[in-house]
Amino acid sequence: MGRIEGKAWTFGDNIDTDVIIPAPYLVTTDSAELGRHCMEGVDPNFSKKIVRGDIIVAGRNFGCGSSREHAPMAIKGAGIACVVAESFARIFFRNALNMGLAIFEADGVAEGIASGDRVSVDPDSGEIINHANARRFSAHPMPSFMQDLIASGGLMAYVLKKR
Amino acid sequence: MMGRTITEKILAAHAGREAVTPGELLSVQIDLALANDITAPIAIEVFESAGVETVFDADRIALVPDHFVPNKDIRSAEQVQVMRRFAARYGIKHFFELGRMGIEHVLLPEQGLVLPGEIVIGADSHTCTDGALGAFATGVGSTDIAAAMVTGEVWFKVPQSMKFTYKSRCRPWVTGKDLILYTIGDIGVDGATYRAMEFTGEAIEALSVSERMTMCNMAVEAGAKSGIVAPDQKTRDYVQKRATRPFQVYESDPDAEYVQERVYDASGIELQVACPHLPDNTRAVQEVGTVAVDQVVIGSCTNGRIEDLRMAAAVLKGRKVDPKVRLIVIPGSPTVYRQAMEEGLFDIILDAQGIISPPTCGPCLGGFMGILGPGEKAVATTNRNFVGRMGHPSSEVYLAGPAVAAASAVLGRVAGPEEL
Ligand code: SF4
Repeated sequence: MGRIEGKAWTFGDNIDTDVIIPAPYLVTTDSAELGRHCMEGVDPNFSKKIVRGDIIVAGRNFGCGSSREHAPMAIKGAGIACVVAESFARIFFRNALNMGLAIFEADGVAEGIASGDRVSVDPDSGEIINHANARRFSAHPMPSFMQDLIASGGLMAYVLKKR
Repeated sequence: MMGRTITEKILAAHAGREAVTPGELLSVQIDLALANDITAPIAIEVFESAGVETVFDADRIALVPDHFVPNKDIRSAEQVQVMRRFAARYGIKHFFELGRMGIEHVLLPEQGLVLPGEIVIGADSHTCTDGALGAFATGVGSTDIAAAMVTGEVWFKVPQSMKFTYKSRCRPWVTGKDLILYTIGDIGVDGATYRAMEFTGEAIEALSVSERMTMCNMAVEAGAKSGIVAPDQKTRDYVQKRATRPFQVYESDPDAEYVQERVYDASGIELQVACPHLPDNTRAVQEVGTVAVDQVVIGSCTNGRIEDLRMAAAVLKGRKVDPKVRLIVIPGSPTVYRQAMEEGLFDIILDAQGIISPPTCGPCLGGFMGILGPGEKAVATTNRNFVGRMGHPSSEVYLAGPAVAAASAVLGRVAGPEEL
């Protein structure tokens, strides 16, 4: 998994799984289709506005609510490269990585990054840079096994590849 | 080197590392993977769709059909069929057929399948119960279990630890259930999110292993990833006669780092009740007010062990359940069941006009064997009192320990044993 760079789309605190992917769309597990409705609960046109490789930046407790694995699948399906937040809800954190969505937790990102800013993330060092204002934030480095897991597309794909 | 907590030491040992730091991601070897009749079928489906021929270790997977067993309907029968077929096909040693089956978190420690210093993952949120033996135990998803059945590994973010010290001794009737309800009431249902709750102090040393399990069981009710008690002589006595393999004991260094520390005076903690509809809505039993009760449930992975049944029987002895109350007692495993019978506890319960259920989760999650109707109120020794948890959305659950549950059954209202 290499360095990630993209345009930031910012959201506030407590973005729950219902706004990430509203319940009526849970009838499918097709990530492209889920992706078309990603974040529809807060921004109905989100999936049309973004381009592949963009980054979601959020506040505290991103992904709270239900344990639906559809939430990270929708974000990934929409083409978002990674989510950077102050903190994640525990089950979302596990599900995101297991579904192959890269996520990074770092203090100060909600306040230090604005929508439209160009942001880069280095998984090896955990360093996040906002190129719009030259501010730097630090997440935990992502260990190589986890980078492999995400590059493989998720936990089961990774496990099978390793065998 | 900086001091380490027991949790960090166990994780480091299973990752083949010298030391680990809270927040970092690790891949670790597990000692046991657990799933039940709700979560195993999904894990099995994911596992089988991957086309893998063998599991990582047929002796380190436990499949426990406890939630809707004895099968409550056709669909639950089918769920267990999936588990039974999988167990036969892959030679899973610890598949517990009815007759050997108990509630998973009562059964596994009792069978010596969980030991100090181990890592246990379960597709069930109350897997944290096993932390009472000084293991790192936590709930994960069915996909995690499917992958772990292939590799014997799981990934974790190393949790920060919170230290809870209970000074002095508990008052009469007060148990681990009251300590943990009080603690959740203090820190809230998200007070320990992501974290490991470490319980220590004179009052914890004085608790039975069973009461420590009750405390660790409810760590998840404060949002925690795990609960843990460092092993002592009581732990050794408990595991020595049961252990199915060698184990290693860890404890926290005196200079270990905690994100938060809290100290309580156990002698000041009264019998607790968590009122509807959250486990942190707690107060002392005498502050609950007059609440008429329709049903009392004594059982579950929280309080379905022999010590719990003994305490309930001590309150019920020579008394009768209020005629307006249904008392259901659920021994957590066949061993608990036999022991309660041999000790004469069944006679006491039956004389009091309560009834005894086979081991099952049953009413705890609103499954069967004691569902509440509209507007009904129950006192239960279980761990969750969410809206509709035990039946109709307008029903209410009051969480308490076995002494309060039994006294409430006799008095027909929420009450402590001192009122008898
Ligand atoms: S007894 Fe209740 S809380 Fe415990 S495992 Fe069964 S359903 Fe879950």
